[in-house]
Amino acid sequence: MFRYLIRRVLWAVVLFVAVTIVSFVIFFIVPVEPARLIAGPQAPPDAVERAKKAYHLDEPVWQQYGRFMKTMIVDGSLGKSLATRQKVNDVVKRAAPVTISLVIGGAILWMLVAVPIGILSALRPRSLLDRAAMVFVLVGISAHPVWIGLILSYFVGYKLNLTPLGGYCDLINPSTDCGGPIDWFHSMILPWVTFMLLFAALYVRMIRANVLETMNEDYVRTARAKGAPESQVMRSHVLRNALLPVVTMLGMDIGLALGGAIFTESVFGLPGLGKVAVEALNGFDLPIVMGITVFATLAIIIFNLAVDLLYAVIDPRIRLS
Amino acid sequence: MALLEVNDLKTYFRTDDGIVKAVDGVSFQVEKGQTLGIVGESGCGKSVTCLTIMGLNAKRNTITSGNALFRGEDLLTMNSRRLREIRGDDVAMIFQDPMTSLNPVHTIGRQLTEAVLLHRDVTKSQARARAVELLKAVGIPRADRRIDDYPHQFSGGMRQRVMIAMALVNDPDLLIADEPTTALDVTTQAQILELMNRLQREFGSAIIIITHDLGVVAETADDVVVMYAARIAEQGTVDEIFKRPHHPYTWGLLGSLPRLDTDTERLVQIPGQPPSLLNPPRGCRFHPRCPYVMNVCKQEEPELKQVTGDHDHLQRCWLDEQTKDREAAKLLHASMAEATS
Ligand SMILES: Nc1ncnc2c1ncn2[C@@H]1O[C@H](COP(=O)(O)OP(=O)(O)OP(=O)(O)O)[C@@H](O)[C@H]1O
Ligand SMILES: [Mg+2]
Repeated sequence: MFRYLIRRVLWAVVLFVAVTIVSFVIFFIVPVEPARLIAGPQAPPDAVERAKKAYHLDEPVWQQYGRFMKTMIVDGSLGKSLATRQKVNDVVKRAAPVTISLVIGGAILWMLVAVPIGILSALRPRSLLDRAAMVFVLVGISAHPVWIGLILSYFVGYKLNLTPLGGYCDLINPSTDCGGPIDWFHSMILPWVTFMLLFAALYVRMIRANVLETMNEDYVRTARAKGAPESQVMRSHVLRNALLPVVTMLGMDIGLALGGAIFTESVFGLPGLGKVAVEALNGFDLPIVMGITVFATLAIIIFNLAVDLLYAVIDPRIRLS
Repeated sequence: MALLEVNDLKTYFRTDDGIVKAVDGVSFQVEKGQTLGIVGESGCGKSVTCLTIMGLNAKRNTITSGNALFRGEDLLTMNSRRLREIRGDDVAMIFQDPMTSLNPVHTIGRQLTEAVLLHRDVTKSQARARAVELLKAVGIPRADRRIDDYPHQFSGGMRQRVMIAMALVNDPDLLIADEPTTALDVTTQAQILELMNRLQREFGSAIIIITHDLGVVAETADDVVVMYAARIAEQGTVDEIFKRPHHPYTWGLLGSLPRLDTDTERLVQIPGQPPSLLNPPRGCRFHPRCPYVMNVCKQEEPELKQVTGDHDHLQRCWLDEQTKDREAAKLLHASMAEATS
């Protein structure tokens, strides 16, 4: 168990280094001169040269990577934006809560929808509910988040006027136009629903398949042979086993989504990591992109570790081996 | 009144390829405290027979008819509530594969006490004490500690012991054991059979033991049902079936009986494959593989008829009795000769 953990942590470190190196290298292959960006489009050549020196852009890639890792580990700093000179740490700190509220809220909502529908459609295969769920799954899987987002914001936001069309309201610090829990909740409803529609579809399908498969397990028959009523068979024998793999998938999906819910954030104008990343990419703002990459990689790694740990707690076969 | 009386039991499965007649008109009785052995090759409908009696087939694609009277009450038509009261309390079952029959995420203690608590009005600790008692009875060492272990921490033989403990925990009147030893190695097999024999003496349960091994039947059973392709080929007491077998299929099974007392393990298989239950052969279902086949066998299926002189002995074969007695005597002689040589 302990060695299993050590192995997972070492693996996470390797993964982290690999991902940051790859992002770095990709950025250097792109034929753009970041120094020109810093100095400004009309700047004379010597100003561009000075900018290069100041931001160490004249060094080879590996040296820049080393410098980046060093400042990150020693000073805990991700550097400064090339475009706005803001600290990357601050930019990420401002954008992360938006994405986190989107993803966590979305995950809660999609699980609330997917778990009951998945179970019920497994219990009554080919029933009306099952067929309706399958249509829902098809739509959810094939629809694009931008399309879902636009439709929702047009009908619910514009036509029915129930929610804001977009924009973000801070949960704690009220800004000039809106803020506080109620406004926050209001502004997040549509993004959450968009997320829910995207993921619930996948989860309904997976949960349905898992429950159906588990119901055919021998130990479920054993439980029935003991005289257990159907509700107890489901609760104590089917669901626990059927939902084990869902935990893994949920952890991985949350980690991934934290790295950039780009489309959903763009549609609803949420100033989260995805939106910031898109802007930074358009402006070739390497430090910002790296900052978000680091955050996303950490999120994925941490959630995967958490899943491994949780799995070890809920599955005795792993805990005790 | 017999403890269990099964009459003309039929279980058909609707599948994409057509209707699989997995059990097609099977009748037998089990008396209190007695053991019935059901033998036959793989796929002849042994498990389905028992699962039907227990009401454990998936409802969606199953068609069942006939009846299974347990102390006069029909298990097949009673309401699900009454059936649940009987299952696990009066009738218990042990399954073919001990590796998959226990829930991997619960301790065996939890699974055993669940069985007790479903049927007895006792506290958790009383249920647990009962579970430990049974684990001891089936020979699990350090039962009071092992009870908190998970199934994957037990070997196959130990898991089958746990399954037996779970089946016996409520003192059932009837225990259905579906090939309880098939998945186990030979030594463990012998131990489990010995255990079941001993427990039967202690608990006084009637047993239906399913197997494809006549050796197991000889060791444990009072009565035998020989199944072939969803039907009964021959049935009777162990004495009748072993001393005077009257069906060529039974002869085949007896001939393929592996003998543990001789060094050379003899295993003559019956040539050919069991027929498909989607569309079984016309006439006698065994005729394509039968060395004694006659014209009539291909046209008409024989009835299940009583063997003259034997009380409970029924068989389904067109051969005349003299021929059958002669062949049975030859077979008996051959095996005696082998045993004494
Ligand atoms: N749910 C089902 N749907 C369709 N066919 C089935 C179903 N269950 C069993 N069968 C078929 O019914 C036949 C009898 O199966 P059964 O499990 O009773 O055989 P068995 O005698 O127990 O064999 P074994 O010794 O291998 O356990 C087989 O041909 C099997 O394929
Ligand atoms: Mg079977």
